[in-house]
Amino acid sequence: MALEVNGVSIETDEEGFLVNLSDWTPEAAVELAKGESIDLTDSHWEVINFLREYYDEYQIAPAVRVLTKAIGKKLGPDKGNSKYLYDLFPYGPGKQACKIAGLPKPTGCI
Amino acid sequence: MSDDMDFEEGGTIKKFMFVNRKAPYGTIYALEGLEVVLISAAFDQDVSLAFVDDGVFQLVKGQKTDGIEMKNFSPTYRALEGYDIEKLYVDRESLEARGLSEDDLLVDVQVMSAAEMGDMMAQQDVVISF
Repeated sequence: MALEVNGVSIETDEEGFLVNLSDWTPEAAVELAKGESIDLTDSHWEVINFLREYYDEYQIAPAVRVLTKAIGKKLGPDKGNSKYLYDLFPYGPGKQACKIAGLPKPTGCI
Repeated sequence: MSDDMDFEEGGTIKKFMFVNRKAPYGTIYALEGLEVVLISAAFDQDVSLAFVDDGVFQLVKGQKTDGIEMKNFSPTYRALEGYDIEKLYVDRESLEARGLSEDDLLVDVQVMSAAEMGDMMAQQDVVISF
Protein backbone atom coordinates (compact mmCIF):
# COMPACT_ATOMS: atom_id res chain seq x y z
CA MET A 1 0.00 0.00 0.00
CA ALA A 2 1.11 3.57 -0.48
CA LEU A 3 0.23 6.98 0.87
CA GLU A 4 0.35 10.16 -1.23
CA VAL A 5 1.93 13.11 0.56
CA ASN A 6 2.61 16.28 -1.44
CA GLY A 7 2.76 14.22 -4.60
CA VAL A 8 5.29 11.82 -3.12
CA SER A 9 4.39 8.19 -2.58
CA ILE A 10 5.19 6.73 0.84
CA GLU A 11 5.15 2.98 1.40
CA THR A 12 2.89 1.54 4.12
CA ASP A 13 2.28 -2.02 5.28
CA GLU A 14 -1.02 -3.92 5.06
CA GLU A 15 -2.20 -2.29 8.29
CA GLY A 16 -1.24 1.20 7.17
CA PHE A 17 1.92 1.61 9.26
CA LEU A 18 4.87 3.29 7.56
CA VAL A 19 7.40 0.81 6.19
CA ASN A 20 10.28 3.28 6.55
CA LEU A 21 9.95 5.28 9.73
CA SER A 22 12.19 7.98 8.27
CA ASP A 23 9.44 8.79 5.73
CA TRP A 24 7.39 10.46 8.46
CA THR A 25 6.68 14.19 8.26
CA PRO A 26 3.94 16.26 9.91
CA GLU A 27 2.23 16.32 6.50
CA ALA A 28 2.38 12.53 6.38
CA ALA A 29 0.74 12.48 9.83
CA VAL A 30 -2.17 14.52 8.48
CA GLU A 31 -2.62 12.03 5.63
CA LEU A 32 -2.30 9.02 7.95
CA ALA A 33 -4.91 10.60 10.23
CA LYS A 34 -7.28 11.11 7.29
CA GLY A 35 -7.11 7.37 6.65
CA GLU A 36 -8.28 6.92 10.26
CA SER A 37 -11.01 9.59 9.87
CA ILE A 38 -9.32 11.82 12.45
CA ASP A 39 -8.89 15.59 12.16
CA LEU A 40 -5.74 16.37 14.07
CA THR A 41 -6.13 18.94 16.84
CA ASP A 42 -3.50 20.33 19.21
CA SER A 43 -4.49 17.61 21.67
CA HIS A 44 -3.74 14.94 19.08
CA TRP A 45 -0.40 16.56 18.27
CA GLU A 46 0.52 16.58 21.94
CA VAL A 47 0.19 12.77 22.01
CA ILE A 48 1.86 12.32 18.61
CA ASN A 49 4.84 14.43 19.65
CA PHE A 50 5.03 12.57 22.93
CA LEU A 51 5.09 9.24 21.09
CA ARG A 52 7.84 10.41 18.75
CA GLU A 53 9.96 11.56 21.67
CA TYR A 54 9.34 8.25 23.44
CA TYR A 55 10.39 6.31 20.34
CA ASP A 56 13.44 8.47 19.86
CA GLU A 57 14.54 7.75 23.41
CA TYR A 58 13.63 4.05 23.78
CA GLN A 59 13.40 2.74 20.19
CA ILE A 60 10.01 1.12 20.78
CA ALA A 61 6.38 2.11 20.56
CA PRO A 62 5.05 1.92 24.12
CA ALA A 63 2.31 -0.47 25.19
CA VAL A 64 -0.93 1.43 25.81
CA ARG A 65 -0.70 0.98 29.58
CA VAL A 66 2.81 2.40 29.57
CA LEU A 67 1.81 5.25 27.28
CA THR A 68 -1.13 6.19 29.51
CA LYS A 69 1.06 6.27 32.59
CA ALA A 70 3.83 8.23 30.89
CA ILE A 71 1.38 10.78 29.43
CA GLY A 72 -0.05 11.27 32.91
CA LYS A 73 3.41 11.92 34.27
CA LYS A 74 4.26 14.43 31.56
CA LEU A 75 0.96 16.13 30.68
CA GLY A 76 -1.04 15.66 33.87
CA PRO A 77 -3.57 13.15 35.23
CA ASP A 78 -6.47 14.69 33.26
CA LYS A 79 -4.71 13.45 30.11
CA GLY A 80 -3.08 10.32 31.47
CA ASN A 81 -6.20 8.17 31.42
CA SER A 82 -7.83 5.78 28.99
CA LYS A 83 -10.94 7.86 28.41
CA TYR A 84 -9.04 10.96 27.31
CA LEU A 85 -6.77 8.96 24.98
CA TYR A 86 -9.58 6.83 23.52
CA ASP A 87 -11.63 9.97 22.87
CA LEU A 88 -8.74 11.27 20.77
CA PHE A 89 -7.92 7.91 19.16
CA PRO A 90 -11.08 5.77 19.19
CA TYR A 91 -9.41 2.67 17.79
CA GLY A 92 -6.82 2.64 20.53
CA PRO A 93 -4.14 5.14 21.49
CA GLY A 94 -1.55 2.41 21.07
CA LYS A 95 -2.26 1.30 17.57
CA GLN A 96 -3.92 4.35 16.02
CA ALA A 97 -1.77 7.09 17.55
CA CYS A 98 1.42 5.13 16.85
CA LYS A 99 0.40 4.73 13.22
CA ILE A 100 -0.20 8.47 12.80
CA ALA A 101 3.02 9.27 14.65
CA GLY A 102 4.92 7.10 12.17
CA LEU A 103 5.95 4.52 14.76
CA PRO A 104 5.87 0.75 14.32
CA LYS A 105 2.97 -1.18 15.80
CA PRO A 106 3.47 -1.32 19.56
CA THR A 107 5.24 -4.40 20.89
CA GLY A 108 2.79 -6.38 22.95
CA CYS A 109 -0.20 -4.70 21.32
CA ILE A 110 -2.89 -7.27 22.08
CA MET B 1 -6.78 -3.41 24.60
CA SER B 2 -7.84 -1.28 27.49
CA ASP B 3 -5.30 -0.77 30.20
CA ASP B 4 -8.11 -1.17 32.70
CA MET B 5 -8.67 -4.74 31.65
CA ASP B 6 -7.85 -7.15 34.43
CA PHE B 7 -6.13 -10.14 32.89
CA GLU B 8 -5.39 -11.65 36.23
CA GLU B 9 -8.83 -11.74 37.75
CA GLY B 10 -8.90 -14.87 39.86
CA GLY B 11 -5.51 -15.90 38.48
CA THR B 12 -2.27 -16.43 40.29
CA ILE B 13 0.81 -14.33 39.78
CA LYS B 14 3.77 -16.46 38.84
CA LYS B 15 7.44 -15.65 39.07
CA PHE B 16 8.93 -15.53 35.57
CA MET B 17 12.63 -15.18 34.94
CA PHE B 18 14.00 -14.52 31.48
CA VAL B 19 17.63 -15.55 31.24
CA ASN B 20 19.69 -13.78 28.59
CA ARG B 21 22.88 -15.60 27.65
CA LYS B 22 23.78 -14.36 24.18
CA ALA B 23 25.44 -11.27 22.73
CA PRO B 24 22.93 -8.69 21.42
CA TYR B 25 23.68 -9.02 17.72
CA GLY B 26 24.65 -11.95 15.52
CA THR B 27 21.64 -13.98 16.60
CA ILE B 28 18.03 -12.91 17.08
CA TYR B 29 17.81 -14.27 20.64
CA ALA B 30 18.44 -11.04 22.53
CA LEU B 31 15.95 -8.96 20.56
CA GLU B 32 13.28 -11.68 20.58
CA GLY B 33 13.84 -12.21 24.30
CA LEU B 34 13.38 -8.51 24.96
CA GLU B 35 10.14 -8.48 22.97
CA VAL B 36 8.80 -11.43 24.96
CA VAL B 37 9.67 -9.59 28.17
CA LEU B 38 7.80 -6.47 27.01
CA ILE B 39 4.76 -8.55 26.07
CA SER B 40 4.87 -10.42 29.39
CA ALA B 41 4.50 -7.07 31.15
CA ALA B 42 0.91 -6.88 29.92
CA PHE B 43 -0.04 -9.89 32.02
CA ASP B 44 0.89 -8.49 35.43
CA GLN B 45 3.26 -11.30 36.35
CA ASP B 46 6.31 -11.11 38.59
CA VAL B 47 8.99 -10.69 35.91
CA SER B 48 12.74 -10.60 36.35
CA LEU B 49 15.63 -10.69 33.91
CA ALA B 50 18.99 -12.35 34.34
CA PHE B 51 22.04 -11.56 32.25
CA VAL B 52 24.79 -14.18 32.21
CA ASP B 53 27.65 -15.18 29.90
CA ASP B 54 27.70 -13.03 26.72
CA GLY B 55 24.21 -11.83 27.67
CA VAL B 56 25.87 -9.11 29.77
CA PHE B 57 26.91 -7.42 26.50
CA GLN B 58 23.22 -6.63 25.87
CA LEU B 59 23.35 -4.00 28.61
CA VAL B 60 26.63 -2.33 27.69
CA LYS B 61 26.51 1.43 27.13
CA GLY B 62 27.44 3.08 23.86
CA GLN B 63 26.45 0.37 21.39
CA LYS B 64 27.04 1.47 17.81
CA THR B 65 25.44 -0.76 15.22
CA ASP B 66 25.72 1.30 12.01
CA GLY B 67 28.58 -0.85 10.77
CA ILE B 68 26.54 -4.06 10.95
CA GLU B 69 23.34 -2.47 9.65
CA MET B 70 21.32 -3.59 12.66
CA LYS B 71 19.01 -1.48 14.75
CA ASN B 72 20.57 -0.57 18.08
CA PHE B 73 17.82 -1.74 20.42
CA SER B 74 19.81 -1.23 23.63
CA PRO B 75 17.88 1.98 24.55
CA THR B 76 14.82 -0.23 24.96
CA TYR B 77 16.28 -1.76 28.14
CA ARG B 78 15.91 1.68 29.68
CA ALA B 79 12.16 1.54 28.92
CA LEU B 80 11.70 -1.55 31.11
CA GLU B 81 11.25 0.58 34.22
CA GLY B 82 8.17 2.15 32.62
CA TYR B 83 6.83 -1.37 32.12
CA ASP B 84 7.32 -2.00 35.86
CA ILE B 85 10.11 -4.48 35.15
CA GLU B 86 12.74 -3.45 37.63
CA LYS B 87 14.41 -6.70 38.64
CA LEU B 88 17.50 -6.98 36.49
CA TYR B 89 20.14 -9.39 37.75
CA VAL B 90 23.65 -9.59 36.33
CA ASP B 91 26.17 -12.34 36.95
CA ARG B 92 29.36 -10.87 38.46
CA GLU B 93 31.71 -13.50 37.04
CA SER B 94 30.36 -12.94 33.52
CA LEU B 95 30.97 -9.20 33.81
CA GLU B 96 34.49 -9.62 35.20
CA ALA B 97 35.47 -12.22 32.62
CA ARG B 98 34.67 -9.64 29.93
CA GLY B 99 36.46 -6.74 31.62
CA LEU B 100 33.17 -5.02 32.44
CA SER B 101 31.79 -3.47 35.60
CA GLU B 102 28.40 -2.15 36.69
CA ASP B 103 29.47 1.33 35.50
CA ASP B 104 29.61 0.06 31.92
CA LEU B 105 25.90 -0.83 31.93
CA LEU B 106 23.09 1.41 30.69
CA VAL B 107 20.53 0.50 33.36
CA ASP B 108 20.54 -0.01 37.11
CA VAL B 109 21.07 -3.67 37.90
CA GLN B 110 21.75 -5.95 40.81
CA VAL B 111 25.11 -7.68 40.39
CA MET B 112 25.34 -11.07 42.07
CA SER B 113 27.47 -14.20 42.30
CA ALA B 114 26.67 -17.36 40.40
CA ALA B 115 25.50 -18.94 43.67
CA GLU B 116 23.08 -16.05 44.35
CA MET B 117 21.86 -16.23 40.75
CA GLY B 118 21.25 -19.94 41.23
CA ASP B 119 19.17 -19.20 44.32
CA MET B 120 17.15 -16.63 42.35
CA MET B 121 16.47 -19.17 39.62
CA ALA B 122 15.43 -21.77 42.17
CA GLN B 123 12.74 -19.38 43.46
CA GLN B 124 11.06 -19.00 40.05
CA ASP B 125 7.92 -20.70 38.81
CA VAL B 126 9.08 -20.36 35.22
CA VAL B 127 12.58 -19.83 33.80
CA ILE B 128 12.88 -19.08 30.09
CA SER B 129 16.29 -18.95 28.50
CA PHE B 130 17.26 -16.97 25.42
